[in-house]
Amino acid sequence: MNSRTAKKAIGGNSRLLDLHRTMLLIRATETALSKLFADGEIPGFIHLSLGQEAVAAGVCSALGPADTLATTHRGHGHVIARGIDLGGFFKELMGREGGQCKGRSGSMHVADMGLGILGANGIVGASVPLALGSALAHQTRATGGIAVAFFGDGAMAEGALHEALNMAALWSLPMIFVCENNGWSEFSPTARQFRGKLANIAGAFGIRHIHVDGNDAEATADAAREAADHARATGPVVLECMTTRFHGHFEGDPQKYRDSEEMAAMAAGDPVARSRARLIELGMAAADLDAIVSETEARVAAAVEASRADALPDFDATLADVYTPMGAH
Amino acid sequence: MADTRYIRAINKALADAMDADASVVLMGEDIADAGGSFKATRGLLDRFGPARVRDTPISEGAIVGAAVGAALGGLKPVVEIMFMDFVTLAMDALVNQAAKSRFMFGGQASVPMVVRLPHGGGLNAGPQHSQCLEAWFAHIPGLKVLCPATVEDAYSLLRAAIDDPDPVVFVENKALYAMAGDLPEEPARASIGKARIARQGSDVTLVTYGATLFNCLKAADALASDGISAEVVDLRSLQPWDKETVLGSVARTHRAVVAHEAVRSFGVGAEIAAVIGEEGFDDLDAPVGRVGAPFMPVPFARSLESRFIPDAAAIQAAVVASLA
Repeated sequence: MNSRTAKKAIGGNSRLLDLHRTMLLIRATETALSKLFADGEIPGFIHLSLGQEAVAAGVCSALGPADTLATTHRGHGHVIARGIDLGGFFKELMGREGGQCKGRSGSMHVADMGLGILGANGIVGASVPLALGSALAHQTRATGGIAVAFFGDGAMAEGALHEALNMAALWSLPMIFVCENNGWSEFSPTARQFRGKLANIAGAFGIRHIHVDGNDAEATADAAREAADHARATGPVVLECMTTRFHGHFEGDPQKYRDSEEMAAMAAGDPVARSRARLIELGMAAADLDAIVSETEARVAAAVEASRADALPDFDATLADVYTPMGAH
Repeated sequence: MADTRYIRAINKALADAMDADASVVLMGEDIADAGGSFKATRGLLDRFGPARVRDTPISEGAIVGAAVGAALGGLKPVVEIMFMDFVTLAMDALVNQAAKSRFMFGGQASVPMVVRLPHGGGLNAGPQHSQCLEAWFAHIPGLKVLCPATVEDAYSLLRAAIDDPDPVVFVENKALYAMAGDLPEEPARASIGKARIARQGSDVTLVTYGATLFNCLKAADALASDGISAEVVDLRSLQPWDKETVLGSVARTHRAVVAHEAVRSFGVGAEIAAVIGEEGFDDLDAPVGRVGAPFMPVPFARSLESRFIPDAAAIQAAVVASLA
């Protein structure tokens, strides 16, 4: 590639640079969360998406404002890529009043209805019927939107997925089934948990299956665009993104079940390192990329500081808010 | 309209709600072409079309899960689960998703959906087509649970359930579907959480809901001939339930018996009896009695099932015991 095309590729609003920025924000967020969790500043369980940033960035790059998504317990990347307010996100995970969900959801249920985020989910596979229903609403109300169900390869063994594939196909719903296949069903290799192949399952329902290297941000973005176009024009589509889970099932999981060879090989597939190398190859200066990392980390650090300073949620107000308040509807 | 059947009141409530609000959609197994197993949705496909009256595959979990997603997306789904027993396949969707979404999202969105669940025995349908599982749902913060006994309530409460911004579990006793009653031309709007005093009395309060209301009224008639005046409170709504009306009645009668078709142990009656004990203790002249089905699955044989379902005599006996 000559220098003119390189400049064109990365100049202005280059898509790869945008994807890279999104991935850096996810990376910085997850890295900060890892430390906060280790320091006891995050209650409960968190499941980090380190290593899976390209799927979140790539898929969300194909979505428009009317589109909706439902995600999983490993959903930080998706909500960040969709544009969730970083302050509200950190406050939520740290259990503060100003949290996106007022400190009631934590990591596993964080939602932003304004962005069409129907929540992360604590139940494996549960995101899929939720997105199915959202797609049904898009179709019935003719919103022009599509719904995305993120799920992991572990959810392939859940009945909800199979029921939803059938219904999406029956009704030609505008929906993308995005499988983040990291090869691990919680603490077990998926090869030992699931005999089928997602391509075959999709095929059984006559649903198109797109397979992509989910650690390649550009390839994932291309595939997601193709899937979104298909969902809008024709109906459901499965997008299977092969990716890598750097950390354990939950943060703090010592991962004694993974061998050192696999762990060592992970760095080679690092989606963030790959997009950085590609940008440098296209002519971008390493120093400029480093500057983006610093800015991003500073943004995250500011969000963490603001969260620490935020008030704790009020118990009585929480208790009084189990049902929609009278007159609010 | 006098002599309107209960099932017809359900059908009319669905139709009127769909007329009133274009976001109301129906989903369920065999509800469109077939008009529903019990014909609750008869004629609605022709009137409202397949996008609003949607036949689903036999996938209860995905149906209810999709209803949650649809409710978050601006629709008001009304799901029919063919028999209440089948809701076991949709428990994640109802308990973990529908009930909690509004709360755990910090109130960002409500989940306006109704799940209609035909419960109850009397059809010799056996252990997996006859259960009364409403207590499970009354135990879940975030759900509302209604169980209308009369034709007018079937209509008015279903309209209220569909209008409600939160997920409502709407329980209909199958044995009542063919019952005829009066449905006014302009039925009054019901408010969720209000009980009705179905019969006034002074010696004992019978607290009940659903089909057992009629056994309570029968028992009250029999007791009257023995000079015992029983007040009958029809709860109509189990979550929330009308504590004020129940405690107010007990304050006048000083005795209470709670009766329902569901298994007695850990049932709705246990909660009501406990609250009467806690908050109405000073008004009580006798322990609160409980009448419910014995602790066994609903048996099939006609002879077995008829003994399983609490009848008027059982209610009468519990009242006599509380007066002893």
